Formats: sequence, C-alpha cells, structure tokens
Amino acid sequence: MSTTMLSLHALTRRFGGLTAVDAIDLDLAKGELISIIGPNGAGKTTLFNLVTGLDRPDAGTVRFEGLDITGLSPERLAAEGIARTFQLGRVFGNLSVMDNVLIGAHTRLRAVKPAVPVIGPLLELGLALLRPASVKAEEERLREEVKVILARFGERLLPRIDQPAYSLSYANRRRVEIARALALRPRLLLLDEPTAGMNPTETTEMQGLVAELKAEGLTILLIEHKLEMVMRLSDRVIVMDEGKKIAEGPGEAVRGDPKVIEAYLGHGLTTKQESAA
Amino acid sequence: MSSWLDYTINGLIVGNVYALVAVGLALIFGVSRLINFAQGSIYLVGAYIGWVAVVQLHTPLPLTIIVVAVAAALVGLIIERFGLRPLQNSVRIAPLLATIGISFVLDQLVMLTFSPNPRALPSQLPDVRFQIGGGTIGPLDLLIAGVGITSALLLFVFLRYSKLGWAIRATAQDRDAAMQMGVDVNRVNQAVFGIAAALGGVSGLLVGMYYNQIDTAMSLQATLKGVVAEVVGGAGNVPGAVIGSLLLGLVESYGVAVFGTSYRNLFAFLLLVVVLVLRPNGLFASARQAPPEPLTGTFIAPSRPVRIPRWALLVATGIFAILPLLPVSFYVLQTLINAWLLGMLALSLTLVAGTIGQVSLGHAALLAIGAYTSALLSLTFAVPVGLAIIGGGLMSAALGTALISPSFRLRGHYVSIATLAIGEIVSLVILNWESVTRGPIGISGIPPLSLAGYELVSPISIYCFSFIVMVVLALLQGRLLGSHLGRSFRAIRDDDIAARAYGLSLNRYKSLAFIFGGFAAGVSGGIAAHLYSYINHETFNTQQSILALTVVILGGLGNVVGAIVGAVALVGLPEVFRIAAEYRILIYGIVLLLLVRFRPQGLLGTM
Repeated sequence: MSTTMLSLHALTRRFGGLTAVDAIDLDLAKGELISIIGPNGAGKTTLFNLVTGLDRPDAGTVRFEGLDITGLSPERLAAEGIARTFQLGRVFGNLSVMDNVLIGAHTRLRAVKPAVPVIGPLLELGLALLRPASVKAEEERLREEVKVILARFGERLLPRIDQPAYSLSYANRRRVEIARALALRPRLLLLDEPTAGMNPTETTEMQGLVAELKAEGLTILLIEHKLEMVMRLSDRVIVMDEGKKIAEGPGEAVRGDPKVIEAYLGHGLTTKQESAA
Repeated sequence: MSSWLDYTINGLIVGNVYALVAVGLALIFGVSRLINFAQGSIYLVGAYIGWVAVVQLHTPLPLTIIVVAVAAALVGLIIERFGLRPLQNSVRIAPLLATIGISFVLDQLVMLTFSPNPRALPSQLPDVRFQIGGGTIGPLDLLIAGVGITSALLLFVFLRYSKLGWAIRATAQDRDAAMQMGVDVNRVNQAVFGIAAALGGVSGLLVGMYYNQIDTAMSLQATLKGVVAEVVGGAGNVPGAVIGSLLLGLVESYGVAVFGTSYRNLFAFLLLVVVLVLRPNGLFASARQAPPEPLTGTFIAPSRPVRIPRWALLVATGIFAILPLLPVSFYVLQTLINAWLLGMLALSLTLVAGTIGQVSLGHAALLAIGAYTSALLSLTFAVPVGLAIIGGGLMSAALGTALISPSFRLRGHYVSIATLAIGEIVSLVILNWESVTRGPIGISGIPPLSLAGYELVSPISIYCFSFIVMVVLALLQGRLLGSHLGRSFRAIRDDDIAARAYGLSLNRYKSLAFIFGGFAAGVSGGIAAHLYSYINHETFNTQQSILALTVVILGGLGNVVGAIVGAVALVGLPEVFRIAAEYRILIYGIVLLLLVRFRPQGLLGTM
C-alpha cells in the first residue's frame, strides 16, 4: 500500500454565514496527482489556503506525512516541503526572475542560516555581510540550480533571467511561480490554476511539464478548469460545489456523475446541446 | 468626587472635538482606503480662518461657524482635485505621501502668513459656568456638544437618505461595482473631502475657542488624535469613529487626572498601539475577518534603477573625500556635514521603507535613542565618545526594533500610523522619564566628538569623520542588499503573503532590517548629539522623520546611492539658492508632492 502524503479530515472554514469549505475529507498518496474541480466560488482556493497555512480552519485536521499540521504557519509548512502557486499570480514584481526563483529555495539555505536559537537571526545578518566561502558556495550552487529549473521552460524564461518580474507576460509570470515552487524541492506541490490565461499552445506546454513532474514522482494537488488537462493528468478527481465534496473518483467516472453534471458541467452541456441543435 | 464628573465632562467634550476630525478621516478612508494625513492641516486652517473672522471681521458666532465650514470645505475640494485625483491610478503609497506633502505645505503657508507665535482665539460666548451635580459646564461645552451631535445627525441623514449619500456608501463597500453601476466616483470623493474638511475646520475653530489659543503645532496633534480615534473605532467605520473619539477623550482626561498633563498624549498613543496590535480592524470589527485580497507588488512603483558605473561612484567619493583639502569655505563643509548626518538617517529609512516596505514615519525616534544613549554614556559613565556613538547605534538597533516590533503584523498605511505613534511615544517618554533623560531640561554639556583621545573640533576633522562613517554604513548596506537578505527583504515588500508561503518569517526579517537600519540612525543621532552639545526631547521631531522620507523618495526607495544623493540635494540646494529657513519646510513639502506626482520612483529609481 502506498503511503499517504496528505490527509484532510472534516476540514471546514466558514466566513460569516457562508461555509466556504464544508467538512472536506481527502487522502493523497505519495506520487499521486489529484485534481480539484468545481465552479467558481466552490471553495477550492480556500481549501488550498487551509492546507498551506494562509488561513486557519474552523474545524477538522490536516495531516502531512502523518504529522498534524493544522493551523501551522505558512513559513513552517514551507520548511516542511509544501509549495504552492497562486491563482492570481503572486510573483515578486520588482525582483528579477533569478531572485524570484531563489526565494523559492529560501527554506533550503543552510550555510547562511545557522540553526542556533535566539542569536540565529543575528548570525544570519553577520554571515550575509561577511559572506565566508561556504555562504558564497551555497549561493553559487543555488544559482546554477535555478538555471536548471528555468531550462525546463525552454526559452521562455532563460533569456529573461535578469528582467524584473513585473515586465513579464502573464503566462511567464505563472511559469516563474512554478519555477519558484520547484526551487523549494517540494514534497507536496499545490498548483492553483496553472494555465489560467494561457492560450492552447501554452496550455499544452504546461500540461507536458506537470506530466513530467508527476512522472518524476512528485505529489501534486491541482486546481484546474481545463477539463481536458484534468482528465489526462489526474489519478483521481475531486469535485467541489458550495464548499462540499460532491464526487470523487477517476476522471471518467466523475465526468459521468449526474450530480457533477448538474453542479458544474450541466450548464455547459445544455448550452452546447442547444447550440448543436 | 466632583472633579471626576468634571474630568468626564471634559473627556466627552474633547472627544466630541476629536470626533469631528475622526469622522472626516473615516469617511475618506471608507471611499478611498486612504488615511488623510492632511486632515490636521485643514483643522489648523479652520482655526486661523476662525481667528480672522472673529478678531478682524468681528463676525457673529453662527456666521463664523458657517464661514469656517465653507472655507475649509473649499480647501478640502482643492486638495482632492489637485492633490489626490491625479494619483488615482498610481501605487498605493502615493496618495499617503501626497497627503503628508499637502499637510507640510498647508502648515507652512499658515505659519508664514500668521507667524508661528500662538494667538488668542476669543470665544464669542458669555463666560459663565452652570453647576450640574458636582461639576460645572460652560456654554462653550454645550456648543461643542451641540455641534458634534448636530453634525453626526446631519451626516447620518445625508448618508442614509440622500442620493449622494447612497453613492458614498456604495463606493465605500465596493468601489469598482459602484463605478460600474454608474456612480460618479470623482463626485463621491469630492463630496467626502468637502464634508470631511468642513467638519475638520469647524473642529479647529472650536478647539481654538475652547483653549483660547491657536498655534501651528495644532495640526500634527489633531491628525494624530483623529487617526487614533478612527483606528480605535475601526478604519472607515463612521459611527465607530465617533465612539472611538469619545473613548479617546475619556482615556486622556482620566489619564491626565491621575498622572498629569504631560502624559495626555502618551495615553492616546498607547491606546493606539494596543488597539493596532490586538484588534487591527478596530474595536468593533469581528475578530476574524476574511483574508485580505491579494495585492501584488503595487505598493511601490515598479522601475528599473539607474545603473551608476563603479568608477563614477569612486570618483565622486574621492572628490568628496579630498574636498577639505580644496579651497572651500567652512560653510560648505558645515552644510555637507549636515548632509552626511541626514544621509545616514536616509540610509536607515531607505532600507526600512524602501527595501522591506515599512514606511516609517517615526524614524526620528531612532535618532533620539542613539543621541540620548551616546550623550548619557559619555557624560555619566565617561565612555569614550567613539565607543559611546557605537553604543548609541546598538541601543537604537535593539530598543528601536523592540519598540517597533508591535507594528510588524500590520500592513501598508497602518505601519505608517503605528510608527508615527511609536515615534511620539519615544519623545514623550524622553520628556517624562526625568530621572534618566533629565526631562524637559534636556542634556547639555555633551562632550565634543573625539577619537582615540583626540578631540575633533575643526570642521575639517568633523567633516572627514562623518563622511567616513557614512561611506562605511553605505558600503555595508550595499553588501547587505547584495546578499540573500536583500532579496528576502524585497520579496517581503513586494508580496508578504507569497513570501510567507516560501518560508520567509516576517518578524525575523523585519527585525533584521530594523536592527541594521536602527544602527545607522542611532549612529547618526549619536554624532549629532556630540556636535550639538545640547539635546532635548524636541531635537529629533516628526519634521525630521518626514524630511528623511522626502530624501528617500527623492533618491529612489531602497536605493543606497539615491539616499545620499537625496540628502545632499535637500540639504545643499536650499543653501545654494539661499532660501530662508522658514521657507525650507514648504519647499520640502512641494518637492514631495511633485515627486509623488511626476517621478514616484525618485531620481535614481526604486531598487
């Protein structure tokens, strides 16, 4: 039996009278890719926020590799190996592509961040100013690694490595976000609509990249609206509507589920049929 | 017991005055998410227009109130139209800085027109006191209460039942949606600024009559009090602002009753800091609100910094280093010494405000901590001056960071308010902690600069000393920016949520930035103490904090070379053009306004 990487139990988040995430259960095995789909406002991004510590659940637990991580801070979870991208694209606008991706490797800095309690931060300041050989070597190694990561995106990012992120196209910013997430060497990767705003060619490219990451054994939780991509990549699909999980299973099974059609696909199918008629 | 009733009445009356300012701030915050730092200046303008009306034109009271309200409203409309509307699509920090610039310009204009000396503003009401219970109440108290309650009622009716009032409430809830529904947002802004200014002006008039005295220092105090009341009530919450104001009035009044007058402001700012830390959304907001909307990298104008070749920097450093050997007057050296001291402060502020995005308005407090520490170390413990200055830097780094740490969980404009309040608290503690700081008398007889036993008294030696210290600090800061810390600081500034998601602890890195910056500012303050030989609690004031901010914006936020260029420009140019001292602050305000409008990235660009 494969090991469980992430396990959500009865996870709930309410905003006033609205239950954005309503008692969600989910088990994600190591190396598995689960897609979460559902109409806008179904609570998918809120669920991501709960898992990554940007928001705290009102009830329920989040376990990561058996460890209870419910309500831990995002910086702590990053150190545990959870990386995410954001739905609306949150690159550091005034930082170069290189620096954006280097921030992704922040939790892996060792030489410059001695794990000494209390005076650790002061040592970090001192080492950053003095920059002994070990610190320089670490920085150099990470810079080389960033170039390798950027090379995964072909010629999209490498030629722009020193450009500030605000000058990039929308699609390239999303790529920078994914590169930044990979630089963390995540054990769990959460992708929030990685292809939003991309044209079909770019989407295919992104789909190829996610497939590669999955083939390399990375555990992935994916929010995506493009069903074609979801069907091809996912081991399992979870459908959310109004905060609840309304279906779960292999892509094809979920696609045929009447509840799903009603909640999510129904509207689209009817219009398609009407236009076909 | 009777005095308690008096203190309660006094607290409520003063609270009513604060409410007039705070309600305006809340209205403006509601529709444009802006804390209007110029509100106190309008209050000042109101007080002086009132003085002109009463003393020169002898208008009867009702007419005085109407004249003040209309004139202040006009000032508000002008500010909105020419100061803020052009900035609608610029970065979030721009309107905040603009209101600071406007407040400088207005305050200075009033000061230049009426002189900084206090004036008496006679109340036009009979001077009688009525007994109620154990306390007394005068006609002016009743007038203030009446004006407060009447304007609250009028405002309520206006917001509730008029079409424009609906539009204002709609805009406050969702600006974009209101625009799409055809609400003319510019008109809403105009209305709000007009109302806020009218209320603020009348408030100034009433306060002037209440204390029978007006002076130009009222402005900053009023802004601070209004902001405190507004934040306590919940930013943008109009009824909350009224309750916050009354609460503030009472807290101050009881505080004064127990501890004495010089503690009045201390209570106000402590209340603010406590509320900001415990309930940043105000006393009446629900404890857990929906997470803030994603905002990406829009706080600071995106720009590419101007690349200055290394040789040019070396040449410039060389020229300034050998300047004392050239035939230049002591006057030039003296001016440049001031520039280097301001440069050190600007280095500190450009790191804190520019690199990590915490726009501090209380930076002069770091100077004060450094200056007092260094002065006391050398005077009381006979520590050599060189070491004492380093001690001042270290104390400023440690204590300054500890004091500012409550603001680390805040964002955007709130950081500015909190640091402003913390700066005021430092100055008030210095004033009141007589056993250590010698209170209002200040510290005199501070030994002159010396190094390894040699006294530095000639302008040339002082010049060289301060220049070398500044260059060393600048080099260190440049090195810091090139390290992973520079990258981390800038990431936190651009998007603190994404930064946290990648393992950057905000407390840790904000602390490190303030420790490094606090050291530079403390050293600057320490050197200044030994140069001036006398310091008191007003030596390092908010004006200097704002001057430093102007320097930093002029040079480009986060830009090390820019901070120094900015300091030389702002200290040097007024000397070159022989601008009289009283016009300088006015010029600084205008420079700030022009920069925000036309070159928000500064001369050398944001780093």
